[in-house]
Order: sequence, then C-alpha cells, then structure tokens
Amino acid sequence: MRQVTLTVNGRRRSAEVEDRDLLVDLLREKLRLTGTHIGCDTSQCGACTVLLNGAAVKSCSLFAAQAEGAKVTTIEGLAKGDTLHPIQQAFHEEHGLQCGFCTPGMVMLLHEFLRRNPDPTEHEVRAALSGNMCRCTGYQNIVASALHAARTMRGEA
Amino acid sequence: MIPAAFTYHAPRTLGDAVRLLRAYEGEARVVSGGMSLIPAMKLRLVQPEHLIDIGRLGELDYVRRTEDGGAAIGAGATYRSIERSRTVAAVAPMLVETVRQVGDLQVRNRGTLCGSAAHADPAADAPAALLALDATLHTTGGPSRRSIQARRFFVDAYETVLGPTEVLTEIRIPKQPARTGSTYLKFANKASRFAIVGVAAAVTVDRGGVCTRARIAVTGAGPRAVRATASERYLEGRQLSAEAIAAAASRASRGMEFIEDVHGSEEYREHLTGVLTQRALMEAARRAGV
Repeated sequence: MRQVTLTVNGRRRSAEVEDRDLLVDLLREKLRLTGTHIGCDTSQCGACTVLLNGAAVKSCSLFAAQAEGAKVTTIEGLAKGDTLHPIQQAFHEEHGLQCGFCTPGMVMLLHEFLRRNPDPTEHEVRAALSGNMCRCTGYQNIVASALHAARTMRGEA
Repeated sequence: MIPAAFTYHAPRTLGDAVRLLRAYEGEARVVSGGMSLIPAMKLRLVQPEHLIDIGRLGELDYVRRTEDGGAAIGAGATYRSIERSRTVAAVAPMLVETVRQVGDLQVRNRGTLCGSAAHADPAADAPAALLALDATLHTTGGPSRRSIQARRFFVDAYETVLGPTEVLTEIRIPKQPARTGSTYLKFANKASRFAIVGVAAAVTVDRGGVCTRARIAVTGAGPRAVRATASERYLEGRQLSAEAIAAAASRASRGMEFIEDVHGSEEYREHLTGVLTQRALMEAARRAGV
C-alpha cells in the first residue's frame, strides 16, 4: 500500500491505495465521492471524467498513484452551496439528462471545453463530446445544455 | 476491472527511469500517458511487474523547433499540446491533423505521440503520420543512444525495434520540402476512433506540377503501419494528375499484408486502402498547389 496525497475539490486529501488502484477507485471508494461514475470501465464512455490539473481525463484509465500531488475536481466540486454551476443549471433547464448516469462526465468534460472555447458552434460541441456516451436521451438536449451554459457563462443569458 | 498487481515507480529523472528499467529488465513497462497501456493492463493483456512512469518528467514535456527547421517532440508531450503547438503547425500541419483524430478529448489530454509510437498498436494513427513525415525516433537506455528512422521502427503488432531497457525519448519531424502538401484520412471505428484503415500522404511537386517526392503510409490495414512504396514509386517523376493518382492508389496494397477482425475482412481493408489512398493523395496534391 502507498499513501497518495492530492487536492480534491480544493481540499487536501490523503488515502492508502494499492499501486494498481485507479483514480476513480480512490475517488469513489476511499473518498466516497460517488458522483464520478464508472460506466464502461474501458475508457470509452466518459462517465468517469474528472479534471486533473484542469484537464478533463477519464479517471478509470489513470492509476491513483499517478495523481500524487495533483489537483482534482469532481462533479461534487462545482456547485457553490445550493447554487448550481452554470453547466449544471443548463442541464437542469434544458432537460439535458434522463437517467443521469452519464451526466457528471458530460458536465466535467464541458467544464474544460467551455473554458477553452467559450463560444463554440453546435458542431464543435458535438465533436468535443465524442468521448462521452449517453444511452438514454440522444444528444440533442445535451448539446442544447452545453450551448445554454456557454451563453450563461459569457454573460448573455 | 482490476489489473494484475505491480509496483509503480515515479522516477525523478530520465536517468533514474533507465536505471529502473535495467534493474527490472524484462519485468517492467514504461508508461507515459497510459492511454493504450492502462486499458491493456486492466484487461490483463499486459501484466508488467513494474510500471515506470516517465509521464511526470518535466524534462521530456516539450515541443520545440530544431536548428534545422524541424520539430522535436518529447516523450511527455501530450496529443493536446501537439494540437496547440505553433511549431508543429508550421513544420508539419499533417501531424496536427492526425493527432486531432486520435481518440477523444480526454484521451488526447493524457496520451502522447511517443507513447503511441512505442506501443505500436496496428490501428493507431500516429505511426502512419510518422512514416509519411520521415520522422526519426530517438532513444536512450540501450547500449548506445539511437536515432531510428520511422520506416525501420515498426516491426509487427505491438512490436518495435526498441530493446527491453530502451526508452523512446523524442520524435523529430524534419522540415518538409517547399511545395509539399499532406493530409491524414481515416475510416474510423465509431466507438473507439481507432483506424480500421488510415492513410497519411505527403507529396512534393516542382513548379511544373511533377511529383518529385511521395510519402504514403497506411495504418490499421495490417499488423503494422507500412509505407505504400509501390504507389510512391509510381508517382515520383509523374505529373500529379487525377489519373496518375488513381493509378498510384490502385497499387497501394501491393506487397501489403492485411488483417481480418470483427471490424472488417482482409478484402474490405484492401479496398479501403485503395480508396483512402486516392482521396488522401487528391487532397495532398491540392494542398501542394497542384
């Protein structure tokens, strides 16, 4: 076992892990941050997406030990008290989810994407979401949520 | 899925990484982004006893211009940093075009060009671009430092000329000749984005539109990425017309070995090789100003 120390959602956290434990296992099992989901477990579906030092990564494809010293943001780190993050709020208003399983990954991916591209086209949103799969709704309302969030974050709505 | 147990090492220098590789020769694997290796470990297709992480070495995380006008890409440079690199955009726009087609945003945030080359997945995009760009691959950790031409690097599926204690540290892309046009096209597996067949083409023309140099490389079709040398030879010295390109493309699969899997038969891959070679050459010729 090894001790891994990292900053999760602004808080310094430590946990004992095996070298083979994945970052998603550390988040879900040790830190009990179960908002990050395991979907396919083969780095295709994107449900486990978190931010690692600001970059969206699939936490099922990264060992916890590799995140030593890193800053990790999970879905639990976005809302401020009862106020949802604009991306979360947009998913709420545009009905961007049905079962919600894929939603945390979608939101975290969009968090990095919209920071780099605050005024994307619909096509750019669809391309950016290519590593995130939804098996309920189709992508129409997810894309609408992304564009809605972009407008809000630009101060236009 | 849980990988087989192993010991994780995070060396602080490249020298330390090589010392670890030598200490655990035959039992260790080098990891950088891990976007190929870690999924394979989770499936227990690969079970190293020691994992040596070079992905956190600042000394390998660079993309820079070389003195002779080319680009040098360190083993820590992710696809995303290559996508955003002005140096790579200026030296080899085709490489930017290629890495933008790798996996998805999350994978490109972690995955590295050197890692893809060293892993040598037969369906990876990078090997085709490296072959068509005449890249050289630089190593350390073997009996001597080596600089290996891309066309000598890829041996078979998941097999390169890298020795057990060698680390691929840098890929160099030479400056392309004037009036060169290039592109990378692939027919991708919809879920994984891996190439069922991918073709990288770079053509250079003289002022009269005669092809003076052709580089065509195919990935996904067979057990390793290869140059379509019959097509290259056909084009060199010929006027780069649509007819010449069609004739060259019809020769693309000569001497090539094809694989068959759930995504397509050998015949299907051979057909795609011809179609994509023709399309890639047409686009490369257009970009060369023909």
